[in-house]
Amino acid sequence: MSRGLEVSLEQAAPIPLAAEFRCPHGQLLALVGPSGSGKSTILRCIAGLQRSAVGRVACAGSLLFDTATGVDLPPQQRRVGMVFQDYALFPHLSALDNVRLVLRDLPEPERDARARSWLARTRVAGLEGRRPEQLSGGEQQRVALARALARNPSMLLLDEPFSAVDQVTRHRLRLELADLARDLEVPIVLVTHDLDEASMLADQICVLRHGRTLQQGAPDEVLARPVSAEVARLIDTRNIHQALVAAHAPDGAWSELSWGARTLRTGHVPAFAVGARVAWCVAATNVLLVPDHARREDGENGFDTRVIGLLRGGALTQAVLKCSGAPGLLLHMTLPTRVARRHALEVGRALRVSLPREGIHVMPPPEEASSRHD
Amino acid sequence: MDWTAFAISLQLASATTLLLVPAGIWLARLLAWRHFPGRSVVEGIVALPLVLPPTVLGYYLLVAFSRDSLIGRLYEDATGQTLAFSFSGLLLASLVYSLPFAVQPLLRAFEAIPPRLREAAWCSGLGGWQTFWRIELPLAWPGILSAAVLTFAHTLGEFGVVLMVGGNIPGETRTLAISIYDKTQAFDDAAAGAMSLTLLAFALVTVSVVYAVERRRRVPKTVGRLA
Repeated sequence: MSRGLEVSLEQAAPIPLAAEFRCPHGQLLALVGPSGSGKSTILRCIAGLQRSAVGRVACAGSLLFDTATGVDLPPQQRRVGMVFQDYALFPHLSALDNVRLVLRDLPEPERDARARSWLARTRVAGLEGRRPEQLSGGEQQRVALARALARNPSMLLLDEPFSAVDQVTRHRLRLELADLARDLEVPIVLVTHDLDEASMLADQICVLRHGRTLQQGAPDEVLARPVSAEVARLIDTRNIHQALVAAHAPDGAWSELSWGARTLRTGHVPAFAVGARVAWCVAATNVLLVPDHARREDGENGFDTRVIGLLRGGALTQAVLKCSGAPGLLLHMTLPTRVARRHALEVGRALRVSLPREGIHVMPPPEEASSRHD
Repeated sequence: MDWTAFAISLQLASATTLLLVPAGIWLARLLAWRHFPGRSVVEGIVALPLVLPPTVLGYYLLVAFSRDSLIGRLYEDATGQTLAFSFSGLLLASLVYSLPFAVQPLLRAFEAIPPRLREAAWCSGLGGWQTFWRIELPLAWPGILSAAVLTFAHTLGEFGVVLMVGGNIPGETRTLAISIYDKTQAFDDAAAGAMSLTLLAFALVTVSVVYAVERRRRVPKTVGRLA
């Protein structure tokens, strides 16, 4: 049995679950998925607050839940540090007493010192005497984190811990959590629906839908190489299209896809036979602008397009491009706002873009009838 | 002033409160957090004394206390006495007719505790009893106080059921409310007035205390908002 967290949960009702993942010791795993995808249910099953019909949860070499052998430890015996979405601080107790309550087994002076040191570590020193109602959202979150860690847990579970605070506080808390996570020698599971948050903080992300784990891997890997069009959609990949495999290079250097009337050159994908229907995607940041002064043949998989939508953010601008001569073919592009300004991007402007082959990911086609067709 | 009746009333109200509040806490927690078949029926039975005429309740209690019923027979076999027209019978009847006055405030108090807090306590290593003592009781205490005060006051003032079940035995079942009725019938207005004033003053104080406690009961804003 490994030192990390191993989870396998299955049930048909009331909330369908078919989840299986591992979180290695000292790593942060983010469970991501849309609302109702069962993320919080899974976390509650790990903590022992809920039970799945069939399953197994093991952590640090101990079996916590196993329907095969009838093991089902209560939450008190699972040594779980849990930060709830609303923090669930005890409202009648001060910040210090909230943490001290977890340390009941220690002698009085040590209990006090330990509680104070955890509050200091989560940066709420000086607020020990305040009750939760006298603390801001961010301060409450820090006290909740101190309470969770004070128990010397064998795993830390965070249920959307940043959802109840403003954006500035959220940013600060994320940095603090990233700092803390580096020093913690336990598996950490973070539930979030915010993909940016997951990619920022997690060593691994696990994509969920309807209680089913679809893909687990390093954030860069999952974002660049979703295993299916379903995962690609869930991780907010905007450019997901369908095509036919047209050819494979005899030397294995590339493959070609027929996309509408266009041909796309991609990395070699021998798993898909010539003529097979596939889905392909490209991150909006991998749709590259070819400057007007460049030669037409510059850049791989070049397309003449026209800007039909533009959304300027602070640092990044998002553009929707219609491929010339193919009314149904749209590409989404994200580029730094300063680059967009330099190239005078505006709606109606003709633009040449390229899709580098290493940025194109080829996947099995979506199974659902409702999937996007081009 | 009928001091014997006053003493009986105080004994009855104290014993009822001491027995009913712990039982009410158990029942209120069950109703607040557990979903079980027949829950609505249990809630209905608890609330029944609020809407039933005291004479109807008294009648059925008398039937239940008779030797023909299981309760009456068991009690008589065990003690050699009858439940009807005894202090024990009166106490049992008080537990029934004051039930909603104990359970309703307790139910509201325990329902107001977000389930997430109990789960946080379990995840913090607190067992069932520790969660009850350290988290639930401190948060529910205003409701518990309200329940105790209302139960005590309601038992002190009950008339119909007491007369039906206990009759009017001095030193045994004659409570202050019965004594007031007696004195009025005997045209002893001075005694009836003194005792009525005592009950009125007590009722006013208790109801004021309940309102004051209710105001303090509000769970802190953060929990209410986030739960």
